[in-house]
Amino acid sequence: MKKKVLAALLTATMVLGLTACGGAAPASEAAPAAPAAQEAEAPAAEEEPAAEEPAAEEPAAEAEAPAASGDLIKVGIINNDPNESGYRTANDKDLKETFTEANGYEASFAYSLKNDEQITAAQKFIQDGVDYLLLSAADTSGWDSVLKDAQDAGIQVILFDRTIDADPSLYAASIVSDMDKEGETAVNWLAEQKLDEYNVIHIQGVMGSAAQKGRSGALDAKVAAEDNWNIVTQQTAEWNAENAQQIVQSVIDAGTKFNVIYAENDDMAKGAVAALDKANISHGVGKDVIVMGFDCNKWALEELLAQNWNYDGQCNPFQSSYIDAVIKDLQAGKQPAEKVIVMNEVGFDATTITQEDVDKYGI
Amino acid sequence: MSIGKNRNVTDIFGKLFKNQIFIPLAAMFILLLFNLVADPSFFKITMGYNSAGNPVLSGYLMTILDNGSELAILAIGMTLVTAASGGQDISVGAAIAIAGSTLLRALCGTNTRPDTLRMPIFVAFIISCLVAMAFGAFNGALVSIFKIQPMVATLILYTAGRSIAAWINNNELPIISEPKFGYYGGFIPGIPIPTPFFIAAAMVVIITLVLKFTNLGLYTQAVGINESSSRLNGLNPVFIKWLTFVILGACVAVAALIKVSRLSSINYSVIAKDIEMDAILAVALGGNALGGGKFNMASSIIGAFVIQMLTTTLFKFQVPSDALPAYKAVVVILLVVFSAPVVRDKMSQIIKKMNSRKGAV
Repeated sequence: MKKKVLAALLTATMVLGLTACGGAAPASEAAPAAPAAQEAEAPAAEEEPAAEEPAAEEPAAEAEAPAASGDLIKVGIINNDPNESGYRTANDKDLKETFTEANGYEASFAYSLKNDEQITAAQKFIQDGVDYLLLSAADTSGWDSVLKDAQDAGIQVILFDRTIDADPSLYAASIVSDMDKEGETAVNWLAEQKLDEYNVIHIQGVMGSAAQKGRSGALDAKVAAEDNWNIVTQQTAEWNAENAQQIVQSVIDAGTKFNVIYAENDDMAKGAVAALDKANISHGVGKDVIVMGFDCNKWALEELLAQNWNYDGQCNPFQSSYIDAVIKDLQAGKQPAEKVIVMNEVGFDATTITQEDVDKYGI
Repeated sequence: MSIGKNRNVTDIFGKLFKNQIFIPLAAMFILLLFNLVADPSFFKITMGYNSAGNPVLSGYLMTILDNGSELAILAIGMTLVTAASGGQDISVGAAIAIAGSTLLRALCGTNTRPDTLRMPIFVAFIISCLVAMAFGAFNGALVSIFKIQPMVATLILYTAGRSIAAWINNNELPIISEPKFGYYGGFIPGIPIPTPFFIAAAMVVIITLVLKFTNLGLYTQAVGINESSSRLNGLNPVFIKWLTFVILGACVAVAALIKVSRLSSINYSVIAKDIEMDAILAVALGGNALGGGKFNMASSIIGAFVIQMLTTTLFKFQVPSDALPAYKAVVVILLVVFSAPVVRDKMSQIIKKMNSRKGAV
């Protein structure tokens, strides 16, 4: 009897385990086999399976030769799961819009948040004989050997969004955001507001993440340097709006004075604003409290347009035009001028933002 | 005379100590005392107006009532699940994401920035309630029919839930501009007490009536104490366990309504993050046996507010919020130690000893 129950239990767990995986991570499971199959709405989706099948049979040597004019350039793109965040969704959409047949590309996509699955996908792309391998690595380490394979096969590797711990000779270019600069741009903007006194509620992201370090670093340095800059509270809300709301609520309940909210992403700024609204503290352009956010979500830029917030710093997910330029250079036989290309990232001021900015930069 | 009185006092104290509700009340008392000594402004409540011009009460105590409400609602369901199945549902946070996402999908359709809602909020709530109960039923079926350990069974939804929630809205983040939708997590115009508190109070009244006028409480405890003997006595343990998970599903839907209403939006990956731990902690703090069996609903509900009080107190003293779980862990350790039968027996022995010594003097 016990055995039977145990057997039934195990079977049930196995079956349910399967369904659970199916529900949980369709993207990562499907990734190597049928890239982008779940992105049915994307225009690129139809051409990909077709693009992959013949590629598998082709010998690598053929792919090594630079594509003659008129031929499609074959790119294998390894990215994180687009469901990860709004940033990633925008990033994926941008790549799909750039690497189309109309633009002279034949693109295959693979998605995973796991490094080992990404490496497997990279190996497959190398076997398929792609011309370029575009990579946003889930993890910084473990890429040396597979990138060496790519180099041996004559495949150029371009990193985007994230760097890796590997010898720079293994990749042609790396296109990244400069988080420190994002923080500096925001803090400089804040300094330009010329307030008599800065009493800042600093709401941080997940501690240790690149975005948190960069965005916190600039503010911390400024507060240490200036006498009239004070931190009222510095707490991590872990990118979470609810936590941010509680943190700001707590400051309001304590009756402490503040006039700036520096939230390291839009969600947390939104949570902070909810707490302000509850206590009838005015915020926005020309009001009591300056609200600052990051990431340029579309809804956040709309808040700027309505002058409810004051500033939003961009974290640029649109790397594809930079990648495109690098590939064009390499096709023409010249190396890109710089190995590490830092993208141009802007900050928006509520007094100058326009509807076009919202449409163009909103993610 | 005075000795007799003294004995009465210690007797009452001893009885109270044995009573389950003593644990959360004592914890609450300690926290209140700490705040009174450290900074009495903790108790200050002020009347003000929010940006919509409605009167609101604010202060730490109101914040606790406000934010503790979801937790109290979840604690109701979690207590029943714990009592019947002897395990906990760790998927409530993910289930809140699903219920909240369903609610927004029903209200907005595929338009992420609707000017008008597609249906009355109540109807959308019923839909999300049914979805949440269906997921509860799924968990319940795994636990009751397939006899999977509850924590393992609910691990499935814990992992998959937030992806499902994102999928329901095509990974879009709908934002509702209709001010009425914000009432559930904020204030109803003219009423200065936060609405979540009223919702929690209504849930408490409902569960009290259910426990009073039905056999749910008795049957749940019977199943939790001894499943086979309850079956021999004509109960259906499978159904009762399943039912507790469905009830938790309904509680999840109510909590999701409040959570989503607070910001009139949702973020799938972080909404109600780690709330399951707080809900389980509320049940534990209520002195309920986490291995199932007897339970005390009032204790759990007070436990939920005590946890929020702890969170708010820690925020007030600017404890880094990523260190909060560590402080909660200390509370758990103390609780587990104090609620262990060995320790409690020893404690009541000591009290008895003190009692008799006083009597001798």
